[in-house]
Amino acid sequence: MADPRLVNLTVNGRMVAVSVEPRRSLADCLRHDLRLTGTHIGCEHGICGACTVLVDGAAVRACLMLAVQVEGRAIATVEGLAGAAALGPLQESFRRHHALQCGFCTPGILMSAHALLSAEPKADRARVIEVLSGHLCRCTGYLPIVEAILDAREAYLCGAAEPAGKGK
Amino acid sequence: MTKANTYVGSSMPRVEDQRLLTGKGEFIDDVQLPGMLNAAVFRSSMAHAIVRRIDTSEARALPGVVAVLSAADLPRPIPRIPIRIAPIEGAERFLQPVIAEGCVRYVGEPLAIVLAESQELAEDALDRIEVDFEPLDPVSGIGDARRNATLLHPEAGTNLVADYQVTRGDPAMADDAALYRRTESFRIQRHTAVPMETRGLVAQWDAGQGRLTVRGAAKVPFFIRNHLARMLGLAQEMVELIELDVGGGFGVRGEFYPEDFLVPFASRAVGRPVKWIEDRREHFMATAHSREMECSLEIACTSEGRIIALRGEIAADLGAYVSPTGPIVPSRAAQFLAGPYHVPVLDLHVVAALSSRTPVGSYRGPGRFEAAFFRERLMDMAARDLGIAPDEFRRMNLIAASDLPYSIGQLVPYEGPASYDTGDYRAVFDRCLEDFGWAERRKLDGREVAGRLHGLGLACVIDSSGAGPGEHACLYLQQDGNVRVHVGSSALGQGIETTFTQIVADELGLHPERIRICHGSTSLLDEGHGSFHSRSLIMGGNAIVVAARALRDAIRNAAAARFGCTGDEIRLQDGRACKAEGQSTAFADLAPLEGRGSFGGAEKPFGYGTHVAHVAVDVGTGHVEIVDYLAVEDAGRIVNPAIVRGQKIGAIVQGLGGALLEHLVYDDEAQLRTASLADYMLPTAADFPQLDAVTLALAPTPRNPLGVKGAGEDAIAGPGAAVANAVAAALSRYGVEPKELPLDPPRIWALLAAAAARACR
Ligand code: FES
Ligand code: FES
Repeated sequence: MADPRLVNLTVNGRMVAVSVEPRRSLADCLRHDLRLTGTHIGCEHGICGACTVLVDGAAVRACLMLAVQVEGRAIATVEGLAGAAALGPLQESFRRHHALQCGFCTPGILMSAHALLSAEPKADRARVIEVLSGHLCRCTGYLPIVEAILDAREAYLCGAAEPAGKGK
Repeated sequence: MTKANTYVGSSMPRVEDQRLLTGKGEFIDDVQLPGMLNAAVFRSSMAHAIVRRIDTSEARALPGVVAVLSAADLPRPIPRIPIRIAPIEGAERFLQPVIAEGCVRYVGEPLAIVLAESQELAEDALDRIEVDFEPLDPVSGIGDARRNATLLHPEAGTNLVADYQVTRGDPAMADDAALYRRTESFRIQRHTAVPMETRGLVAQWDAGQGRLTVRGAAKVPFFIRNHLARMLGLAQEMVELIELDVGGGFGVRGEFYPEDFLVPFASRAVGRPVKWIEDRREHFMATAHSREMECSLEIACTSEGRIIALRGEIAADLGAYVSPTGPIVPSRAAQFLAGPYHVPVLDLHVVAALSSRTPVGSYRGPGRFEAAFFRERLMDMAARDLGIAPDEFRRMNLIAASDLPYSIGQLVPYEGPASYDTGDYRAVFDRCLEDFGWAERRKLDGREVAGRLHGLGLACVIDSSGAGPGEHACLYLQQDGNVRVHVGSSALGQGIETTFTQIVADELGLHPERIRICHGSTSLLDEGHGSFHSRSLIMGGNAIVVAARALRDAIRNAAAARFGCTGDEIRLQDGRACKAEGQSTAFADLAPLEGRGSFGGAEKPFGYGTHVAHVAVDVGTGHVEIVDYLAVEDAGRIVNPAIVRGQKIGAIVQGLGGALLEHLVYDDEAQLRTASLADYMLPTAADFPQLDAVTLALAPTPRNPLGVKGAGEDAIAGPGAAVANAVAAALSRYGVEPKELPLDPPRIWALLAAAAARACR
């Protein structure tokens, strides 16, 4: 066990300082040190995508990144996705399309989809499937998730959805 | 205004979604208690060995490690994990101890549990545990097991758990020399559920009260509670199991595993809360596997194609111990081998054997996926031999609507005879073929298009649902006018809070926002039987109907007393009890009232349907693409169409994973070689983007008040069979007949290579 380090970062627009062991993953840090438990862990080896968060706007697997690597960076997690609303447009679309069952994979998928539509609000079905294929969902068979993401594009096109995680 | 039957039948958005979409769900690893320790389980690295000595002293000495418990620290006799369903006689000789004592029988079997101040420290300590193993020969698979050369449980004198015969009809009929017959051997690979959330528990011992609380329960919390209390010498009411949000179950989660004893036991031993979260590698070796099965099957038909008999043998690998659900797998495969067809003679030998592998348990549609593959593949071969089109062959043999209910006889040793209930198997079959454009598409069979060979395959499936004891529900009308529902069903992601809310809303004329479904704890009710075998809606839903009607009557009577009329004159609407001439009172003014109800159907309903797959096979790469896939099924009655569709699509994709991708591979030393998501291939969004499922409410069952049949499981039965038949059709020019799954590229190459070798001879 090595001595803890102090890491300064922004999470969902809020500055925080957290003391972590150098081996602490970003996922564990968010979940257990900052108690943001919406980010889930399904494999800890970079395959399932459940732990996906945004680091400076880019979708990242938080189980493959160390907390000490995010010094000075801006993290966005599912807890910040709705902003002040009950649900953001992407979340609304997931609800409308029954795009979740157990909901365990959902936060990671929401974050990837949010990053995708923030950058490419006109992403077509093939592109959505390509990005979604970086995530595993065992419940839904993916079809309703694809529909939900496609249906949320409108909101991103007209700017109703805020790009998250760029720091504020 | 709320009209009667406004909610049942509508795709109401789910009440679960708000919390799950905002990261506010509470899954087991989200629980954090003051003073909580983390646990890590030390597991066997050997498949079969004598444990000479286990040395935990170095691990204990590590700073931050609070305790390391192994067999020596447990009370004698070491508790054994009970069988929950499918009690095959003699199976109790092979039960798993909650911790290995003296001998290990599969890679991943628990040998010790470490408790430490953090997860990292607990895992560090695992590396410092030393075990002196004396290796024994592993039992590698069914063939090895049946030879009985190495015995996994020497005191039993055999590796066979089950060895029985089931029959129906007059066997002499099948011996008619004029009949066409063909015998083939098939095999299904070991694969399993792999929910996205691994298992986990938080146990909290309250020494002052002598009370144990265990969070992380799922599926059958009351069953676990009862046995855990017995093992720990506690009264049942002193043990509470709490269900949180659950990241998928599919049959494997929530059964009694060693950790279900070890973690609570450890918490009591050290007097602190203990959290254990399974990691993904552990999950692959510690959570039940399923499906591994061989089948040798003979079909006998008339020359016109009428099936007379199916005879043969089913042999399943149950792993190293009989798990709480293990024997369900082969026994249901035998029961469903004839599927939705009229098969006058059935004669099946069922064998279940033990091997040095992870114990096998129920995985969504246990035995149905396997049975459909064996039967439907053999039917296609027979149809081809007889020169009958595959659709014609099925249509002719499907049980006619006029023959329902149809007695299937007693095909499992631990249950009485059963019968199929309602339906129109041929109508659903025709609908599926028509919607799919079968006749037109079939012209592609075996044809090459843009370098790939196309083929179509069919499968018809049937599945029982709603097994086990009845369920109970209690509805409370509260002072605030809201209704709280307590029910013994369990949530595994299938949306039961929504479905149950819809039912109550209609029965009581109450807005869904005023209804709260509580199912999370063994303290809410005296008894409950949880969620398995697509039973939540059938058992829990119908218990709620009965309880809601009792509450409705209570509300009416209370209002009638107030208005000086009879209960019949009172209508319930928008949370008010209304008398005809404009007098009404809010539910809140009549509270508190309650309604209780139970439902336990003696006979199960049977959902059924037809699946059709269109594949394109790349002979160069061995890749099989699902060009299109359709399932049409009858669920009797549908409460929430979007939820049902979600279950069907999800089940089909899982089944396609079993057909084409998923495989738990063991080497000769019985080491598991696919213990990560990089090695075990789950379907992704890119694998099967083109498919559809249509669910009809064609024939409500008379076997429960709602008229519903299970919706969660039956759709997984079709894909293995339909895809394999489609691949055979695509590769018909080579005479390729897939008899084993998964149909991954190496297997397709092997089939083509074998065909080429045959052609050269
Ligand atoms: S937990 Fe990070 S990818 Fe699976
Ligand atoms: S909704 Fe359960 S894993 Fe995706």
